Amino acid sequence: MSPVATTTGLGTGSPGDGGAGLGEGAARRRELILAQSKRSLGRRHLAGRVAVALCMVAVAISLAPLVALVAYTTSRGVHALSVDFFTKIPTPAGIAGGGISNAIVGSLIIVGLAAVMAVPVGIATALFLLERRGRIAGTIRFTADVLTGVPSIALGIFAYTVLVEPFAHFSAIAGSFALAVLMLPVIIRSSEAAMRNVPRSEWEAGLALGVRRGRVVRSIVLRGALPGLVTGNLLAVARAVGETAPLLFTTGSQLFNLNPAQPTAAVPLTIFSLGTSPFPADQQTAWGAAFVLLVFVLVLSIVARLVAGRLNRQAR
Amino acid sequence: MTIETAEAAAVSLEDVSVSFGSHRVVRDVTLDLARNRVTALVGPSGCGKTTILRAINRLHDDTGGKVTGRVTVGDLDVYGRDTQPELVRSRVGMVFQRPNPFPTMSIFDNVVAGLRLNGVRNKALLHEAAEAALHHAALWDLVKDRLQTPAVRLSGGQQQRLCIARALAIEPEVLLMDEPCSSLDPIATAKIEELITRLSSDVTIGLVTHNMFQATRVSHYTAFFLLGEDRATGELIEYGRTVDLFDTPRDPRTKAYVSGEVG
Repeated sequence: MSPVATTTGLGTGSPGDGGAGLGEGAARRRELILAQSKRSLGRRHLAGRVAVALCMVAVAISLAPLVALVAYTTSRGVHALSVDFFTKIPTPAGIAGGGISNAIVGSLIIVGLAAVMAVPVGIATALFLLERRGRIAGTIRFTADVLTGVPSIALGIFAYTVLVEPFAHFSAIAGSFALAVLMLPVIIRSSEAAMRNVPRSEWEAGLALGVRRGRVVRSIVLRGALPGLVTGNLLAVARAVGETAPLLFTTGSQLFNLNPAQPTAAVPLTIFSLGTSPFPADQQTAWGAAFVLLVFVLVLSIVARLVAGRLNRQAR
Repeated sequence: MTIETAEAAAVSLEDVSVSFGSHRVVRDVTLDLARNRVTALVGPSGCGKTTILRAINRLHDDTGGKVTGRVTVGDLDVYGRDTQPELVRSRVGMVFQRPNPFPTMSIFDNVVAGLRLNGVRNKALLHEAAEAALHHAALWDLVKDRLQTPAVRLSGGQQQRLCIARALAIEPEVLLMDEPCSSLDPIATAKIEELITRLSSDVTIGLVTHNMFQATRVSHYTAFFLLGEDRATGELIEYGRTVDLFDTPRDPRTKAYVSGEVG
């Protein structure tokens, strides 16, 4: 099949280690290599173009649902928005007007508390993983990965047994706890990755100055990882704010409430209950709430990027 | 500036400039790499030596650098409209600052990567090319009994010689070396330098180096780069035989640099 097979013999063009020159075999090999690679170059170029085209199709496929979702939610939900929508509480079922101020405030409280619980624990755990090698760290990492895969409704039931059943009433704190557990593994893994990006040599430069370990961690490692930490944590918050299942068994109520120990409304639950209502006015409100949630997540993601970018520039 | 070398050029650069966005990194370089000679590119950091070297095999295609001017390798117009970058690179090998063998490949697979990934399947040819390349890189005796072991098991200096073998296996006319010894100890460096000297009888070598002694030891010609008046764009200051450039530099800036007055 190949024209080379008969002409190729070892030894023809291989000088010893001490010998100079590529030998006369070199020119012959150069010809053969060029000929063989040129023969397939056209095919490889074509394959390359096909591969690029396939990648673009894949991008289109992954973007299409996202664009459709945003466009549809916006077109259905934007009409529901008004000043009342943000300032008033819901009207009785089937009656137009009213707003979802209870749910918006409730969601902010629930997610805010969840972040307060999960972020310090998550970053501290990540720091531990960074510092310790061995079985314990490996086990924690593995557990965190498994926790990522636990269905969020299971976390809701867990929070229910721990924080709802004993007190015999729903509360924002119970919902926050469920969301905190949900966010934790994401925070741990993204924070660890962010801190691992701080070069070892910078740690050592700090230690070599006689700086205490804790101070090195604070002023050099945490500071260096700050852009990544901010991005990772804000994205975890953005992920949690839209979660519905963990709140089903934990927060209860549609009342306007500012006390975290009391039952509290939340935007995802509002969407869930109003969206399944038979009354068009309620469904309209649900679309509005969905749109608000979407915008909130979008804004949070943009803020995460802006803050990270700003911190990165400061670092230079 | 015209410079007579009286030797045939394997690589010619005419008015070559390279920009990244609005920043012109190096400008108006006109330079020949004489056939089967070693040309050293020296000068302080950030004056465009490596940038110029990478313009020769079109590596800026993938870094976003914009190259203007004319580059020819033999009779090939490197930036010609119909020139495929792959074809340029199959005639021009490159060795990088840090040894970068493919960590997932064996020694043998590393050496023949440039052939195999380019569609050469013939086993006899692959073996012949691998053996020849490893001989040229002075590695054959060291690795002939363990060609299938992972390349990363080799020491740093051996890895760099493996990378040289990998570049040589495609039988290039030109070998570009970007500070190939900067991460190596003096003994490994000496071996690479010996190799450069030996290879230069068959391959045209462009060598970026920070080490003046290295330039005087291994190169026939030296090109000296420095930042221009604007302190932002590198320029070719002087080019000539290495002995002349170091002993009787024409430009005062060259004189200051080679005598160690400024760094």
